[in-house]
Amino acid sequence: MSEPTTPKAPAAGGRASTKKELPEHFKAYKHVWVFIEQERGQVHPVSWELMGAGRKLADKLGVELAAVVVGAEGETVRGAVAESFCYGADLAYVVADPVLTDYRNEAYTAAMTDLVNTYKPEILLLGATTLGRDLAGAVATTLLTGLTADSTELDVDADGSLAATRPTFGGSLLCTIYTLNYRPQMATVRPRVMPMPIRVEKPIGRVIEHKLGVVEADIVTKILNFIPDRDSNKANLAYADVVVAGGMGLGSPENFQLVRNLAVAMGAEYGCSRPLVQKGWVSSDRQIGQTGKTIRPRLYIAAGISGAIQHRVGVEGADLIVAINTDKNAPIFDFAHVGIVTDAIRLLPALTEAFAKRLSAHSSDKLAS
Amino acid sequence: MHIVVCIKQVPDSAQIRVHPVTNTIMRQGVPTIINPYDLFALEEALRLRDKFGGEVTVLTMGPPSAEDSLRKALTFGADRAVLLTDRFFAGSDTLATSFALATAITKIGETWGVPDLVFTGKQTIDGDTAQVGPGIAKRLGLMQITYVAKIAEFDPADRTITLERRAEGGTQVLKSRLPCLVAMLEATNEIRRGTMVDALRAARAEVVKWNAKDAGVTDLNMCGLKGSPTIVKRVFAPSARSEKAKFIEAGDGGNLSEALIAEIFSRQPSLEADLTALARGF
Repeated sequence: MSEPTTPKAPAAGGRASTKKELPEHFKAYKHVWVFIEQERGQVHPVSWELMGAGRKLADKLGVELAAVVVGAEGETVRGAVAESFCYGADLAYVVADPVLTDYRNEAYTAAMTDLVNTYKPEILLLGATTLGRDLAGAVATTLLTGLTADSTELDVDADGSLAATRPTFGGSLLCTIYTLNYRPQMATVRPRVMPMPIRVEKPIGRVIEHKLGVVEADIVTKILNFIPDRDSNKANLAYADVVVAGGMGLGSPENFQLVRNLAVAMGAEYGCSRPLVQKGWVSSDRQIGQTGKTIRPRLYIAAGISGAIQHRVGVEGADLIVAINTDKNAPIFDFAHVGIVTDAIRLLPALTEAFAKRLSAHSSDKLAS
Repeated sequence: MHIVVCIKQVPDSAQIRVHPVTNTIMRQGVPTIINPYDLFALEEALRLRDKFGGEVTVLTMGPPSAEDSLRKALTFGADRAVLLTDRFFAGSDTLATSFALATAITKIGETWGVPDLVFTGKQTIDGDTAQVGPGIAKRLGLMQITYVAKIAEFDPADRTITLERRAEGGTQVLKSRLPCLVAMLEATNEIRRGTMVDALRAARAEVVKWNAKDAGVTDLNMCGLKGSPTIVKRVFAPSARSEKAKFIEAGDGGNLSEALIAEIFSRQPSLEADLTALARGF
């Protein structure tokens, strides 16, 4: 992604219109690859979400979709390879080696760059997780190619180039980025931005095993310990069914409790917009939006959130978006399904009570019957 | 010991406005700040220097006005500031930016001693890519350690560093070797206020200004637009959903909350049963 020191003019001119023919040595680059992220025995769901997006790109280009599985030889890697075919892979590349047991940048970068240089994909997608971002930046620099971070939309245009769209200028506008004259074209996508594709039971297909070119003695960084998050079993904001969030319209950190109360009454997760994190009202793991969590709940209630683009891209996948804001011209009403022009501070307590009553009334009805 | 901290001057994003008609950024009068994530990197570097001795050099690439951010960094206690500024750098994407910064860090090393550590923030608030740190590390062949929550041990004599790194689902404890690049996570420390002595020194200090040639760039094709594999083809504001939001109003004597709940459950019929089950503790 472009990170201009003096940001480019929105009307992109100059080189954007002067596409050269792809250099000869890049013409052999074919097919779409998805990096299957698995750590500590589990595949990150973003990998399957990317397989869904990658399948569409590959079909449009008329090429194959490959899953790239890197890790220690064993059940996890074998399972990830088998699953990748159920999520649409035509083939899988595997680098299995004990050196790859835990994620370390050096070893994973070596594995990925060697695979790319050997088998030459035209598109390489990774999840924008801590692991994926750390790896993607290193791989793109090593390969001297372009990388678009946190894409919210992926497409191929008429001449087969990857068009990656992402928010820009602090999330106030969107931009579409191309890597025209370099290969592979790389992009990362945050979890939950792409829908989870339907899993279809399929047998294992073609698997290409590749040797890791480095040994443990080559790797400088050693893992001393891994401390799992204590709350890792708790319901996760990104994967919650119902999310209630608050923004600057709440006016004070104390009023954020109204959002938490509604979330509790509904059995929902709670979140907030970026300014609340920047002001220190709410912890950063509750931030929803481009630089926070992307959510795809069945119901999203935004209270006092104006709906800047960087927030919008984080919630657009919700089935139903309800916005409460005093400003009827707030941008959130451009993408909400249901709107209420009122002060969230006044509505939230009444809504909490009404929800509590409705949900418990139902349960007592049912208990009585 | 020598530590280089890379910072970026960014527009205060809370104050960016988009022109409603032309969809261009209204930049006039938007104040600039040091990228907030970079302050965690700077503070961590200053703490290491205070404990183990040595110098902290802050480096930025940007327009001449980025000097303001460097001077601010000096008031916090940085020892030296280098501004990389040249029209050849304009339009750099993350690859070209990391090339320019890496080249300048090499030059800084030749001039004031090879750095043992390079610090960056997690990402910037305007680009949000988190790619420049890894880019610098790879260009310079440094160990790359991102999302660092804590430097647990630091042994300059033994040339080792032990860090806690945020990973998916937990924290990795890593031991690595100097020189390395550390991208600090937010909320890991709090930037100091800076002393009066530092403020006075910062006011008088000379910010070192380098153009591409001064910084040791020999191939200008690696810089700016020319050195950037990515191209921004289109910048646009997202369009409104074709289906307009339905506005709920409390009718005569009606209850706004109940009207909203009815609307929600009419659109998501299965949700009511699921939430009710949840409320009953299933």
